Amino acid sequence: MALNSLGRTIPDSFAGSKLIPYQDPWSLMPHTLRATRPTKRIPHNDRKVLSGIREAIIASGLKDGMTISTHHSLRNGDYVLNQVIREIDALGIRDIRIASSSIHPVHAEIIPAIRKGVITSLECGVNGLIGELISKGELSCPVIVRSHGGRARALITGEVGVDVAFLAAPCCDDYGNFNGFSGPSACGSLGYAMVDAQHARTVVALTDNLVPYPAVPVGISQSVVDYVVAVESIGDPAKIVSTTTRITTDPIGLQIAKHAAQVIESSGLLKDGFSFQTGTGGISLAVAEQVRGLMRRGNIRGSFGCGGITGHFVDMLEEGLFQALFDVQCFDLKAVESIARNRNHQEISATMYANPFNSGAVVNRLDCVILSATEVDVDFNVNVNTESNGYLLHNTGGHSDTAAGAKLSIIVAPSIRGRLPIIRDEVTTITTPGETVDVVVTERGIAVNPRHPELKAELLRRRAPVKEIRELRDEIYELTGVPRPLEFEDDVVGLVEYRDGSIIDVIRRVKE
Amino acid sequence: MPEFQLRRSLLYVPGNMPSMLQNVPLFTCDAVIIDLEDAVPLNEKDAARILVKRFLESHTRRNKEILVRINPLDSKWAYHDLKAVLPFLPDGIRLPKADTPEIVEHLDTMLTEFEEELGLEIGRFRILPSIESAQGVINANDIARTSKRVFGLGFGAEDYTASMEIERTKGGEELFNARMTILWAAKAAGIQAIDTIFADLNDMEGLRRETELAKKLGYTGKCMVNPRQIDVIHDVFAPKQEEVDYALQVIDAIKRARTMGTGVISLKGKMIDAPVVKRAARVLRTAFAHGLVDEIIHEEDIHGAE
Repeated sequence: MALNSLGRTIPDSFAGSKLIPYQDPWSLMPHTLRATRPTKRIPHNDRKVLSGIREAIIASGLKDGMTISTHHSLRNGDYVLNQVIREIDALGIRDIRIASSSIHPVHAEIIPAIRKGVITSLECGVNGLIGELISKGELSCPVIVRSHGGRARALITGEVGVDVAFLAAPCCDDYGNFNGFSGPSACGSLGYAMVDAQHARTVVALTDNLVPYPAVPVGISQSVVDYVVAVESIGDPAKIVSTTTRITTDPIGLQIAKHAAQVIESSGLLKDGFSFQTGTGGISLAVAEQVRGLMRRGNIRGSFGCGGITGHFVDMLEEGLFQALFDVQCFDLKAVESIARNRNHQEISATMYANPFNSGAVVNRLDCVILSATEVDVDFNVNVNTESNGYLLHNTGGHSDTAAGAKLSIIVAPSIRGRLPIIRDEVTTITTPGETVDVVVTERGIAVNPRHPELKAELLRRRAPVKEIRELRDEIYELTGVPRPLEFEDDVVGLVEYRDGSIIDVIRRVKE
Repeated sequence: MPEFQLRRSLLYVPGNMPSMLQNVPLFTCDAVIIDLEDAVPLNEKDAARILVKRFLESHTRRNKEILVRINPLDSKWAYHDLKAVLPFLPDGIRLPKADTPEIVEHLDTMLTEFEEELGLEIGRFRILPSIESAQGVINANDIARTSKRVFGLGFGAEDYTASMEIERTKGGEELFNARMTILWAAKAAGIQAIDTIFADLNDMEGLRRETELAKKLGYTGKCMVNPRQIDVIHDVFAPKQEEVDYALQVIDAIKRARTMGTGVISLKGKMIDAPVVKRAARVLRTAFAHGLVDEIIHEEDIHGAE
């Protein structure tokens, strides 16, 4: 056991791998080469189209103990992972590790396969019931949660070796060129799949839209795709969209957005060339709307918006407020429609987006990012993975990547959720270290990380409601009471990996 | 209470909703009106009263004016409302259905009794009568002058149109006479005029138009039912930059006059006297609330001219 720099106890090893405790966001630099995949030569007249998923599994050589992956661009509308696991189970293959970019509530269908030992570990973001059951100790399946950039890093360095990637391909030809732009299940950017396609030993494209060769524009090319399988449906694109992609009308959310816009305005970053990322939550979108107003009034032309792209961002691009969008995943159908036709709406891979170990990620060029939180502590550490009940319910996404990369990272959150305080002495799980969080904005006030005294002074000059984070915590505790600490068992059921591969926190089994 | 109280925006907060009450300190309106009347169903009157009482008891670090809308004085709840809330020192009472001066006088008497009982300064609790019937409009002039506690007249258009058996429209032509009569009564009595709510929460342009009209006529503030409306109302009531510049010149001129031992001075050929200074101070007070000036103008800057 070791203590990391944030005071979290980290085991020496987990699921057979030696662990590196988190030290700081900047210094870790492993000396490793990029992972390689087997060199291949196929006959010039080879056919890649197979009869079905089962044939593809057999052709890929998937065996007990191997690792598979999928991408989550169809999010809760994804049908691929469930279909693949069904076939793997039917073939009697066991002890599979899933290293998908993320899994969602729709994938609760694989729970019986976990119980049967078909799946024995998860190295991916977990949203929903599976994480909850693992936290309760009801599923024996160790989890390693990575950020989007961290996952790209792990695949590229070979830390996670994907044996077979089963990639949903909304528009695909018979020689394996595919993109996400058209077809009944168009999902737009295939930013996560790009990394798998480059680094998995075998790549299978699954499509419900097999088109005559060539499928252009090519997103993922024939040169990395081994097999093509036509299936009835890869997913339901309507479920890409969540209800959180609308601007909030809640007065408290709007107040938070107003404060956040005040922070951005005070930072001095909002000028020509401004770059910006915001999430899909109602408050984040309300901040984007405020920023849009400020940019219009100031006649400011930004450089780029990035991350998961929404229709709201598309509108800002088309209005000329940004020069380009760097899109790693489309968050709604308007973004899907835009990426297919707009040359300045650029599809990017997860490694280009956020990998800390390459020659430059987009997040490094971000001026400002708006992020959410389930909890923040008085040292500005943020939890987005577990809820206050200790259950692992959410993926990290690009949270810790963008917080580290952006000049100004702003956490927006209502001060009270349900009856629980958002700001507390200690977060249940650390996802993003306080060293990379600049400002926490709630409706009750703005807390500026002491690392930024000049920003705090400017906000005070503008009569913004600036408070010390402990003052804010106390004010919230006055209303909610001090939350009782959760009780955990000693056994570690999951790891939260920082983007550089060190371990920032562990997830322990919740004492029931 | 200072002589000039900024009341651009008065937000109704239902007295039976703990989540809304909890957020009162956060809203950026100038005043809240905690409602025990129309927003509270009959079977929740007692519970709401207790909730409001607890809220006032705990909400001691106040950053805005707090008024309580009690039930009509002729109802069985009004006395209990006052008894519950007054010990916890709201700034004033919004009196619904203030149809006659006698009703306001009655409340004035009751407030005096409570003040004596509580050992408070007589006149501490202020009154904002709500003119919301044809009778109230006719009596507005007398109502405005009934008591020194009355700091303004509020217009309640929803009840007013009901009393007139007409529909309220977006254009608001049907309200014109009532709006003006209430305004004249308030101005003649030297008190504030507070306009009615704009009920369509999704029509911000409509809200802007109606607030602009109210401001143009002479209303000093507007009531609202949702915090989303605050920004639009404040934006409309924000002074123009040239008004602010002129007000700063007026204050500067009157300070010079004081050093010269006079209360009157000319600025660009126009006489600057007490009313002009008072208006300038009011503009600057509003400008300060909007962040257009860095300093608030203190009372002595105003009184120096008087």
